[in-house]
Amino acid sequence: MFLLIFLLQLSPPLNVQVFDTPNDKGKSISIKWKLSPDDSVLSYYEVFRTTDKKHEYYSRGIVLRGLNKFDDSTQDGEKYWYKVRAVSPTDFADSEPLGPVISYAQWFHHKRWNALILGIVFCGLVLWYIKKAKHGGSLFIRKISGLEAVDDAVGRATESGKPILYLTGLSDMSDVATIASLSILGRVAKRAATYGTPLLVPCYDPIVMSAAQEVVKQAHMEAGRPDTYNESKIFYLTADQFGYAAGVNGIMLREKPGAVFLQGYFFAESLLLAETGNSIGAIQIAGTPATTQLPFFVAACDYTLIGEEMYAASSYLSKEPTLLGSIKGEDFVKLIIIIVISIGILLASLSSFGILKTSASNFINWFSGF
Amino acid sequence: MAEIIGIWVAAFLTLCIFSFLYKDNPLYKFAEHLYVGSSAAYMLVYFYFFNIKPMLIDKFIAETGLARWILIIPTFLGVIMLLRIHPKIGWISRWSIAFTMGIGAGIGIVAGIHGYILPQTKATFLPLFIKGDLIQSANNIILVVGVLTTFLFFYFSKEHKGLLKPPVKIGMAFIMVSFGASFGYTVMARLSLLIGRIYFLLHNWLHLI
Repeated sequence: MFLLIFLLQLSPPLNVQVFDTPNDKGKSISIKWKLSPDDSVLSYYEVFRTTDKKHEYYSRGIVLRGLNKFDDSTQDGEKYWYKVRAVSPTDFADSEPLGPVISYAQWFHHKRWNALILGIVFCGLVLWYIKKAKHGGSLFIRKISGLEAVDDAVGRATESGKPILYLTGLSDMSDVATIASLSILGRVAKRAATYGTPLLVPCYDPIVMSAAQEVVKQAHMEAGRPDTYNESKIFYLTADQFGYAAGVNGIMLREKPGAVFLQGYFFAESLLLAETGNSIGAIQIAGTPATTQLPFFVAACDYTLIGEEMYAASSYLSKEPTLLGSIKGEDFVKLIIIIVISIGILLASLSSFGILKTSASNFINWFSGF
Repeated sequence: MAEIIGIWVAAFLTLCIFSFLYKDNPLYKFAEHLYVGSSAAYMLVYFYFFNIKPMLIDKFIAETGLARWILIIPTFLGVIMLLRIHPKIGWISRWSIAFTMGIGAGIGIVAGIHGYILPQTKATFLPLFIKGDLIQSANNIILVVGVLTTFLFFYFSKEHKGLLKPPVKIGMAFIMVSFGASFGYTVMARLSLLIGRIYFLLHNWLHLI
């Protein structure tokens, strides 16, 4: 066999294509080819490139036989020429050089049209409901039990002459949970300012601390008590997970807060914090979208806002048209998703009996991208 | 020798932290303050060497053209955060906060749709009956009922009364079952951490096992 190949000369890879890698952030060129007719006797394929057609090509990497794709890292804007070599133990054969090709970043991921369409629909609905709310339309939001307790908790801390401890979680400002937490903090801080109750906010992230200071300051101004605002009560502790937990536990034991709010994204420290809060007899209201930590809050806290209840919390508390409208919009989106899931289930069930197989397949694939 | 000292210090600090189980005491306070202080200092060094230096200083030196000068934007946003020190111009730092929040919300929308909504919706498109496979059919029915009823639990526009009450109750049951499973799973993981610490004390420190 090898002798035959030697006599007949090795075939190079066929139909080689060189192109900028689609839907990426640039700095990559893809090389594809059709396997050489002699693929079974090859050791590997080797990809070569040059930045000047007249200069020598140099190796960029090898691909085992049977495979036909290689992604090469590049500098954007630079011209490249490529060729692919089929290598056997005794011989090699080069494809025709191809180029020039330039890599560049794409503004839009063309396999994510579905996300864009859904994003427009979802945002459109939310904006429509916000507009409706601003024009005085009545928007109903059901009672959320944990939120009813917010004012009670602040009142209880005030009556007992103890401070309130508010934790914004261990995530940064780019996390939606932290943004929602700051919104709830605004409400708590306003109540605390009205009653003159001290509010402590130890922070895990310095930017969250700055944002929390702004929120509390604003709350004091809205309550008509800017003089009682004390910036040093909203302070940075540490950005180490268990260092933060140890610090907050110490604060709980020494300051003995009457109410503890754990609102935001928490990780493994959640039970340490909630248990310590429980041991000092504070009323605890937790809220997090972290599904792995919710069981601990449910077990150790008086009230827990589960997942999206936390996001709904800020709008429920403030009754602001903008926030109420966004919750109504989200609810409408949920209805749409329930209908879509029901249609999908119906089609999948019919398809398992051989009915509407193509329609079911097309419908389901739309959710994976184009 | 250094290793022995390290083990003794680690064992002492471990016992100091464990003393919290009794009550707040000077030993716990010492370990807590040491931990908070050293971790805050460590994070400062960490942020410099893993964020500011490689992403800003080194990049500014290495890159050319737009890739270099665009770094002025994050530098500017970072510097104006420091203006909070001065009460009169501290308000400018709000630009950085607003920028971070806007970026977070914007990325969150795309990540939410593409990372959660689309894949999870697709994963729920299951046939309710599969010929010759009753167990899989039952599994699919449980999953579909769980998803739809849990969805209804998080519907805020209607009170959980009347027609909505039974499915919401079922949804709540599904949520609690998943919490129970998650609780048990995580407690087991925490116990393994405790075992690791006790093993350190008995093996590395006291050489009892």
